[in-house]
Order: sequence, then structure tokens, then C-alpha cells
Amino acid sequence: MSNLTREETDALIQEVLEVYPEKAKKDRAKHLAVNDQSVTQSKKCITSNRKSLPGVMTIRGCAYAGSRGVVWGPVKDMIHISHGPVGCGQYSRGGRRNYYVGTTGVNTFAEINFTSDFQEKDIVFGGDKKLAKAMEEIEGLFPLNKGISVQSECPIGLIGDDIEAVSKKAAAQYNKVVVPVRCEGFRGVSQSLGHHIANDAIRDYVLSNRDGKEFEGTPYDVTIIGDYNIGGDAWASRIFLEEMGLRVIAQWSGDGTIAEMENTPKAKLNLLHCYRSMNYISRHMEEKYGIPWMEYNFFGPTKIEESLRRIAAFFDDKIKEGAERVIAKYKPMMQAVVDKYKPRLQGKRVMLYIGGLRPRHVIGAYEDLGMEVVGTGYEFAHNDDYDRTIQEMGNATLLYDDVTGFELEEFVKRIKPDLVGSGIKEKYIYQKMGIPFRQMHSWDYSGPYHGYDGFAIFARDMDMTLNNPCWGKQTPPWKKTEATEEVKAAA
Amino acid sequence: MAKLRQCAIYGKGGIGKSTTTQNLVAALAEAGKKVMIVGCDPKADSTRLILHSKAQTTVMHLAAEAGSVEDLELDDVLSVGFGGVKCVESGGPEPGVGCAGRGVITAINFLEEEGAYDEDLDFVFYDVLGDVVCGGFAMPIRENKAQEIYIVCSGEMMAMYAANNIAKGIVKYANSGGVRLGGLICNSRNTDREDELIMALAAAMGTQMIHFVPRDNAVQHAEIRRMTVIEYDPTHKQADQYRQLAMKVLNNTKLVIPTPIEMEELEQLLMEFGIMEQEDESIVGQTAAELKAGAAA
Repeated sequence: MSNLTREETDALIQEVLEVYPEKAKKDRAKHLAVNDQSVTQSKKCITSNRKSLPGVMTIRGCAYAGSRGVVWGPVKDMIHISHGPVGCGQYSRGGRRNYYVGTTGVNTFAEINFTSDFQEKDIVFGGDKKLAKAMEEIEGLFPLNKGISVQSECPIGLIGDDIEAVSKKAAAQYNKVVVPVRCEGFRGVSQSLGHHIANDAIRDYVLSNRDGKEFEGTPYDVTIIGDYNIGGDAWASRIFLEEMGLRVIAQWSGDGTIAEMENTPKAKLNLLHCYRSMNYISRHMEEKYGIPWMEYNFFGPTKIEESLRRIAAFFDDKIKEGAERVIAKYKPMMQAVVDKYKPRLQGKRVMLYIGGLRPRHVIGAYEDLGMEVVGTGYEFAHNDDYDRTIQEMGNATLLYDDVTGFELEEFVKRIKPDLVGSGIKEKYIYQKMGIPFRQMHSWDYSGPYHGYDGFAIFARDMDMTLNNPCWGKQTPPWKKTEATEEVKAAA
Repeated sequence: MAKLRQCAIYGKGGIGKSTTTQNLVAALAEAGKKVMIVGCDPKADSTRLILHSKAQTTVMHLAAEAGSVEDLELDDVLSVGFGGVKCVESGGPEPGVGCAGRGVITAINFLEEEGAYDEDLDFVFYDVLGDVVCGGFAMPIRENKAQEIYIVCSGEMMAMYAANNIAKGIVKYANSGGVRLGGLICNSRNTDREDELIMALAAAMGTQMIHFVPRDNAVQHAEIRRMTVIEYDPTHKQADQYRQLAMKVLNNTKLVIPTPIEMEELEQLLMEFGIMEQEDESIVGQTAAELKAGAAA
């Protein structure tokens, strides 16, 4: 099926909206748009970061998920207490595949669920004593931890426990960083506010810890901010940043440590990968420490080359030469990947619905393989994200914000993409519809997808999903003909 | 700019916290101080005498309308009244539903994040709901918030009982943070030897009676007009009482960790002043019939 025209896409949106009651229709209409590259400000065409409508099956998470799950969770040598009832921590544990090096349970802890396991009595009488006790036990059982963060679940904010006072006392007692985070799930409209709250906690309890202290810096010190090392993404990025002559002094927060975070204000340039979840702290460091920050994109060789040259432009000729050397070194390898997979993927159309930055960042990687992204959207974006997306997407393609289960299904049925990329909640719906699907939050237990190494894996994964023979073997019940029935009867 | 002083006013419900606070604040404003009042009570009546309004639109009400507190601007919730006093009401649900304590937490966080405290303020006064029923109502005395507490009370038993209970709460937060008790404000109910009684209570609790505010109808006259006495009739002698209170608060250096007293001690004190009779343990639990039978025997 050929691509839709602007009018057709617009008509499709109207048709999908038709089933909603008047009020819901009016609200959802603001979140759906036909892309127009001539629009400079996304607020003219799409609304984002608003409360989801009840009953629509939104795919969003909560503020606790944004802080515990995204920003703080991967800091591997700290212990993150899910403060409140047991479920929030247990059901969200380990799902993001933030790889790290270390011995879990000894000097790293990211895979373990620590919770204060609130009971009725803790709600009635307050949980501050229990929190202090939990910290005491942590110190006894896991003495090599480098600090503790308190990740507030909903009830903490409701009963008004003073976690700041408990944290302050524990910090003094154990001489470690203890960070209270007010990321109660009911705050804000999505996980996005949780990212912001977590950033603020880093600002207040971590960043200035080493101000005025000695640090053996180099002119080439950079950090990787907003890479959560999913399936090893940050490692695949770090490797060639170092190859071009830069020194990566911190990774936030995938495979990250509290010491690296504390050292970040000594960097010369902060490299920001996930803008949505960590732009706040990058801006803060720019204001307070005068450290510039730069967004980059390491998906696919085209975007990598662009990003490397822009990063190198911040530095002297040594780094500029380094960047060119790296680009030249990997070019033939990337060409080999493209030569192998492009003929198998050329012209395939993709629809995405993901989180922080991927709905726009992976477009380049698909294009490197000759594929086209014909629809994209974010769970919890703000309008500055859509500002950055409009230019990446072709004209008359579809943009959907906080898309509902129903809308995405209908869009897919009509646009008939060759591949859908979204999360675990969507995966089986589309596979059962006979449409190849990749989980683009967790890389479907594969990865890394960042960097040169990641692109080779990305290309292989897309090929093996799209060209998997299983799709031709499915015959849904409503397509079964009498002929197949006869064959069955004969057998 | 002098250091910002943040004070919280507590006391039994109906004792006159809001009236006393607003008159005190009006007197401070008259003396050239820059003051903000933060009402921490879902009833939202902490600023009406300063603003001449029935009830100020509250932070939580506006947040509920806008969708969330993140959608509000400081200007939406901050009103300026008599003497340039800035007024904010946290607001909250109607009685019996929702969580009023969370309303206080959300509102105070909002004010901090939006920089309401950044201006060259001299004082912030938190007017807090009578009973510290949950963590939310202790929010104003957390670290980096109010460091001084004044308890409004009178010479009635329940008011003194409440004052002593509040002092217990202060001890908890004084040990983990820097909050201190600045004194008891006696809002007179014209009971016998009231000033002596409150002074004795204050002494027992290790604090002071910072001022004795006599009862005067001028307060009610002003209140009907939704005004403070300071504004309604600045020449009235009651206005001078609030000015004296303001000066005493301004110059107060006696900030202590209180020593709340035991129930027995409080009863002893009340008995000394003839407010309470010695209890006769022998009659406890006896029905009228039993007592009659006992008397006959």
C-alpha cells in the first residue's frame, strides 16, 4: 500500500476519533496530527504532557516509575529503597535491562528490590521509624553500598512522612549520600514529572558534593547523560567516544556510580542522549557550573557521523582528527551492514510508539536501512520533543501523543506498516494481527542498538523480525477457506 | 535584607488563631515589615481580614480546576492585601473526603518551587489547622520551613490541654530539625486569673507567655467588616495590644525546645487555680443507684 496523502491521513484521524463521545473526541483530537515540516513550533499542531482521559487505556507510567525505574534505578552502587507497599518495587524490578558491571548483592545492587514493605500500621502510625530501620539493615547486610535513595511511593506523600529528616540523620550517621526523592506516583500526568523530580534530587543531594575538591581533569573530559545502558547501549557509545580521544568521566545513569555523578560538574561538556529525562540537570549544570551540553544521536551511521562531528567541533584539532579517524574506521564496517541488510529491508514501512527520545532518534537508523517511519508518537513527551520530531519525520506522516490502545490499533490496521515498534503491552496484539513487531523499550531482550556495534545488531534484529517466515504461515480463523477445511477433514 | 523568619501558629480549634495571626501580621505590616500569610487549613479563612474577602481562592482549588498544581503560576494564587501583606491559602477538600494534609504539602512545595519565598520578605506566618492530625499538618515545621512556633491558647482547660499536646509534637521535630517554641499567646476568654494561669503553664513548659491579648468587642466589630482592628480602628486600645504583641514577636529571643508536662501536672495546675476539682476516685464507675445504696449503708 502506498503512503497516505495529507488529506487521507487527516481523514483517517477523523475516522478513528469518530467512536469517541464528544468531549473525549475534542480532547484526543489535539493529540493527533499530520506531520508538516514547515511548522516550526509543534504547539501549533499537537498538544502533549496533559492528563490522560479515564478509560482510554493509556500506556503511560507514573512519577515513581520515572524516578525509581528510569533515572535512579540504574545507579548501581547505591541501594534504592522503594518506600511504601511492596508491589511498586517488585513489579517494576529488572524490567529495563540496565546492564552493569559488578557483583550483585556485594558492590552493586541494581537488580535487587529493596522495599520498606508498608503495612496498615505503617500508614496509621507513620513509616519513618521503619525507614530508619531499613537503612540500618542495609548498612549491616550490604556494607559496600555507596549510598541510599528513598523512592517514595504514593502513600508516603499522603501521610506526610518526613523522609528528609530520616535521610539527613542516616547520611550523617553512615557518612554516605542518602537522597530522599518525592516521586509519589500520583504526582503529574506521567512518568515525566518523576524524571524532573529525580533530577532535582540529584541537584540537591549529589551534584555539589565535591565542589572545591581536587580532580585531575583533562581538557577532553565529557560525560554521557541520559543513557541507561539498556542491553549495553552506553558501552557501545563510550567505546568510540574514547577512541576519538575524549575521556568519559561519568555515565548517567546506566552502569553509573554515585562517584561519577558527583564528579560530573568537572566535565568540559555534557553529552545528552535522552533529552526528556535529563535535560533538567544538564541545564542546571550549565547555569551553575557553566558546562555546555549537547544533544546527540548514536542510532545508525548517518546520525552517528553527524553527532561525532558536532561533538568534535567543541574541541581542538586532536579531537576533530580523532572523530574523522573513527568515522573512517567504521565506515566500511557500516557499509557492509547496509549492503547485507538494505536489500532485504528496502522500502519497508515502520510505525513507532515509544518513550523518551526513541520515537525521533531511531528514524535515522531505519533510513540507513532504506526503511521509512510513517507514524511515530511519545508516551510522555512535552512539546519541545515534538519540536525536535517534526523535522525528522516525512510530510503527511502521522504523529500521535499519549496514543490510546484503540487509536494505535486502528491506525495500524489502516496504514498497514511492515513493522510496529513499541512495548511489551503492545507486542502480542500486533503479532496476533500478523504484523512483525519489535519491542523498542527493551530492544526485545537484544541490544545494544546505540553506536556502531549497536547498528549491526539493530539491522540484524529488524531483518530477522521482518523476514521471519512465520508471518507467511499464519492463517487467522476468519481467513480460513473451505479448501483448508477440506484438507483438514481429509487428514 | 534581614534573614527571613518563618513562624507557625498553632492552637485548639476556635481559639482565635486566624484572628490573632491576621491582627499580629497587620501590626507587623504597619511597622514596615514585609509579611506573607500561608493559610494551612481547608476552611481557608486565614486571610479574609487582610483581603476583605469571604474566602481566598485556594492553591488546591485552582490546581483541581487547572488539572494539576504544575499548571499554576504564583500570581494565580498570591493575593496582596492590607499593608502589602501577601496572602496564600493552601485549601483542601470539604470535611469527610480526600486528604487535607496532602493539600498543605502540595501547596507549600508549590510556593517553594515557584520562589514565593525569594522576595525580600521579613516574615512568613503559617496559620495551621487546630489539630496536627497527620504528617501533612506538620509540614510547616519541617526543616527549612517555620523555625518558630507560637501557640494561641486561653485559660480554659481544653485550650491548655491542646497547647501542651502541640508542644509534644514540637519536641519531635525540634530533635530532628531546628524548630523552636517562641511562646504562648493568651487570647483571653475572661476566665479568673487567666494571665497568671497561662504564665504558670508557660513556665512549666519551659517557655513564656509572650503576650496577653485582652478580650475586646472591637475585634468582633472589625471582623464583621472583614478587617483587622489595626485597619478598622487604628486608634483603638485593642490595636495597641496587637502592636505590643507584634513588637514582642519581633524582638523575641526566647526560642526553646519545650518541656511538655504530664497530664497529672496539668491537672494539678488547674486545681491550683480552681478550674478543676480534686477527683474523688471512690465515685468513679458508680451508678446513681449504687451511690444511693452506699450512702444509706
